[in-house]
Amino acid sequence: MKLNRRQFFIGASGALAFASTPYLLKGAGIASEKPIRVANILDKTGILNIYSLKQIQATAMAVDEINSTGGLLGRPVELFFYDSQSDGQYNSKYVTEALVKDSVNVIHGGITSSSREVMRPIVSRFKGLLFYNSLYEGGVCDRRHVSTGMVPAQQLEPLMDYVISELGHKKCYILAADYNYGHITSKWMQKFVRERGGEDLAVEFFPLDVNNFQPALSRIQSAKPDIVLSALVGGAHIAFYRQFESTIGKDKIALASGTYGVGLEHTQLSAKEGNGIIIATSFFDDLNTDEANAFVKRFKEYTGDKSYVGEYAEYGERGIKIWAESVRQAGNASPEACIEALSKGTVSINGAGGVYTVDGKTNHTTMDIHIVTGHNQRFNVVKSFKQRPPRDTQMVCDLHQNPDDSTQYEPEV
Amino acid sequence: MEPIINYLFQIGFSFSIFILISLGLAVIFGMMRIINLAQGEFLMLGAYFCTICTQSGINLWLSIIIAALAVGICGIIIERLLIQWLYGRILDTLLATWGLSLLLVGAITTIFGPQTESIASPLGNVALGELLIPIYGIFMIATSLVLLLLLYLLWRHTRFGLIVRSTMQNSGAASTLGINQNLVYMLTFGFGCMLTGFAGAILVPIVGAYPTLGLVYIAKSFVTVISGGSLPLLGTISASSLFGTIDGVIATISTSVIGEIVVLFVAIILLRMLPLGITGRMTKGV
Repeated sequence: MKLNRRQFFIGASGALAFASTPYLLKGAGIASEKPIRVANILDKTGILNIYSLKQIQATAMAVDEINSTGGLLGRPVELFFYDSQSDGQYNSKYVTEALVKDSVNVIHGGITSSSREVMRPIVSRFKGLLFYNSLYEGGVCDRRHVSTGMVPAQQLEPLMDYVISELGHKKCYILAADYNYGHITSKWMQKFVRERGGEDLAVEFFPLDVNNFQPALSRIQSAKPDIVLSALVGGAHIAFYRQFESTIGKDKIALASGTYGVGLEHTQLSAKEGNGIIIATSFFDDLNTDEANAFVKRFKEYTGDKSYVGEYAEYGERGIKIWAESVRQAGNASPEACIEALSKGTVSINGAGGVYTVDGKTNHTTMDIHIVTGHNQRFNVVKSFKQRPPRDTQMVCDLHQNPDDSTQYEPEV
Repeated sequence: MEPIINYLFQIGFSFSIFILISLGLAVIFGMMRIINLAQGEFLMLGAYFCTICTQSGINLWLSIIIAALAVGICGIIIERLLIQWLYGRILDTLLATWGLSLLLVGAITTIFGPQTESIASPLGNVALGELLIPIYGIFMIATSLVLLLLLYLLWRHTRFGLIVRSTMQNSGAASTLGINQNLVYMLTFGFGCMLTGFAGAILVPIVGAYPTLGLVYIAKSFVTVISGGSLPLLGTISASSLFGTIDGVIATISTSVIGEIVVLFVAIILLRMLPLGITGRMTKGV
């Protein structure tokens, strides 16, 4: 059969109309409302992806679970993932793309403070909403930014209490990553140490690709501290914990950290290298509550990965669940409605690490905190604190009074 | 006394790192004139081979040897598949090895994932008064010295060394004398890769293995070899001693970052004054 052009077009358009019928009918049905769009911008590749890989999976799992239980407000949730490749320029590119091209209702993402600070002004410009699911240095006062992770008053303050007041390690030597997180965190460390009558002997910063710590270890030896406090970040810096153990050893100088474990460092070091490192965390696999055990089990089943799950994976689920609760309370998935619901201070969920409540004045989260020590590539709990508020940010930030604030406040030392 | 020992150790440690990461490149770039941008990735491969061997239960010292040999074999395969078509074409080599570098990083990330793989740092430490020094660091210093001695003996006192040096100096004349220059080029490239793989394997217990490990060292090793000049062994020794001393002292007094800045600054001045490197004008020796 030979077709002329006109016959071909008539036939083709007929075939196209027939083929698209299921889609047209589907769109008219009640069960398939327009989806609520969620963006997830994290580092799947590059040197910082040790923090992101499991969070990406946990975010997807949380979205799948919402969809399998009837969606949000009767609408399905659609997840858009963007790989920011451990490079801030991709955060700015993708946050713009998510808000402008894909018109997402909310963005979950950013691990480092530098990536967050790249995204925050763009989120404000396009009137979006950013959930930052990561521990950080605190102080961001912005109604379009929600922090679901630990801030220094929640994490470092109890850690310093334990280390200085209970263990009596008064002389501290601080090592931190050389970018805004490390700089501000080291100030918090100094502040908490001094407030407790301790002494900060020195503060040193290391760019993220430094992996030779021998000169620093020799300086630490000559300074003779009781304890080394680390806010080191990323895959290269893991070398520090290894070189510390083979050069000095935790039996001579103790080691505490605000970042150890969140990149699953303890699974990559030997038991001896990780044993005894003191950290404060809001979630670890051996928390041993029903919720925590259930989360670990679900995550392992969902991913098929039997290895240690960790806090940053849990942050992924935590972020989505808190956001979903704000949508339910608002009865609307628009950023403005969610922000309004969050500001009431009633958004609270029962998550894997206990109860998480978003503080309406600061958009930061109150949570349980645990002091734990490294033991055979896992953690043993030493002490727990129920429902610690984000006190540092509460002291400087009040979004009820100043809804237009978008400052990040820093501590004075 | 302790501060002096500490400085000596820091200098020695820094020297050994410069030596280890540069010797392979000194062969491949210094002798063969191949600008191999994938050199860092051979180091990374060495680190991974060593980690895999150790994790599967092989003794660390044996793993280091196996890793070096394995990277050497990889180097020979890559020379046959890629490099042999590009001798004398500097710009093409540069692009091809850059592509190879991206390919290797991507392949390793796909196979092992991006996280740091590591093995426990062996040997513990030794106390000198109040100063603690890691024994593995001393082992690294000793290894780099032994390696230098072995290389000297190899280049100066074996038939293989003589053939390689003559081929690199004048391949036409060497081949007239019945030397199979294809074979010599292949083996030399493989040997350079083996040295680099050895460095990666030695470094693994202190820095771990991750796909982008090579990027940390590639610039440093090129700076060392270029500053060293045309003699692969003496040049590497002199540049490594200079940079190791500067880095060891400055990094101990101030910070590692300042140490690296000063090293690069000195390298710039050095190359301004001696554009051919420290051994640039020497014609004898290795």
